[in-house]
Amino acid sequence: MTLRKYLVLAGVAVFGAVGDSMLAHGMKQVGRISIHHLQEVVLAVLNPWVAGGILLLLAFFAAYMSALSWADLTYVLPATSMGYVVLALMARFALHEHISQLRWTGIILISAGVGFVAGGPSRTPHPHEEPELFEENEPEEEPEEVAAGGVNR
Amino acid sequence: MKHLLTWSSITVLVVFSVLGDIVLSRAMKQVGDVHELWHRAGWWGVAKRILGNANFVIGILAMTGGFFAMLFALSWADVSLVAPAAASLTFLGNAVAAKIFLREKVDRRRWIAAALVAAGVALIAG
Repeated sequence: MTLRKYLVLAGVAVFGAVGDSMLAHGMKQVGRISIHHLQEVVLAVLNPWVAGGILLLLAFFAAYMSALSWADLTYVLPATSMGYVVLALMARFALHEHISQLRWTGIILISAGVGFVAGGPSRTPHPHEEPELFEENEPEEEPEEVAAGGVNR
Repeated sequence: MKHLLTWSSITVLVVFSVLGDIVLSRAMKQVGDVHELWHRAGWWGVAKRILGNANFVIGILAMTGGFFAMLFALSWADVSLVAPAAASLTFLGNAVAAKIFLREKVDRRRWIAAALVAAGVALIAG
């Protein structure tokens, strides 16, 4: 894992969280959409907050695709889950939503899950792929695997 | 009604997201490291290679369906419920689907992460 790759993962987390928050703020302005008027969900993109949120989610998507080109899906998703913490802070301080102690505890557990996965290997080597692809990850993976009691290497 | 609509749209969102994540992950593995590809072929080469991938197109369609389910859910519930609940359930679904369809090595470390996230979701929804 290089600094560039960590920055891409951070970009996935931050762009996703801020983009979702802007969508949420926009949808509060749009109001509840009735099951009988589902076409209103398409018109919602005209709201400036929803439109801004879509732009950020496009940036999120570019970073996400880049990450998936060199790491496992089951590594990228948890590694970028720090976005939940960003999201909770945004919901609390920018959108002024109430966050109960139970929800805070849930957010902490999710963050703990992130910590568990973050130190592990970022990619499963598949035999049909070229071995050079994985070389830069090797030195970091070995001690982590031993610490986790991993037996399947 | 509010809860039914919220959780139905979250379920639709999760199904679309898992499908999208799995096929997009497969697409990007077929494309290869975009940074290396960019050095060799430039932006145009990267764009052509990605947009020409059938799995990528299927993934975009699934993500688009999920996006509108997300907007619908957000019109009924707070973002601090919808976003973590949907993303975490997606994460659990992805752990199972990635093991089966992408043959990723989902080791003990990754399963524990999945369990912690599942507990977190239960608390957020409670």
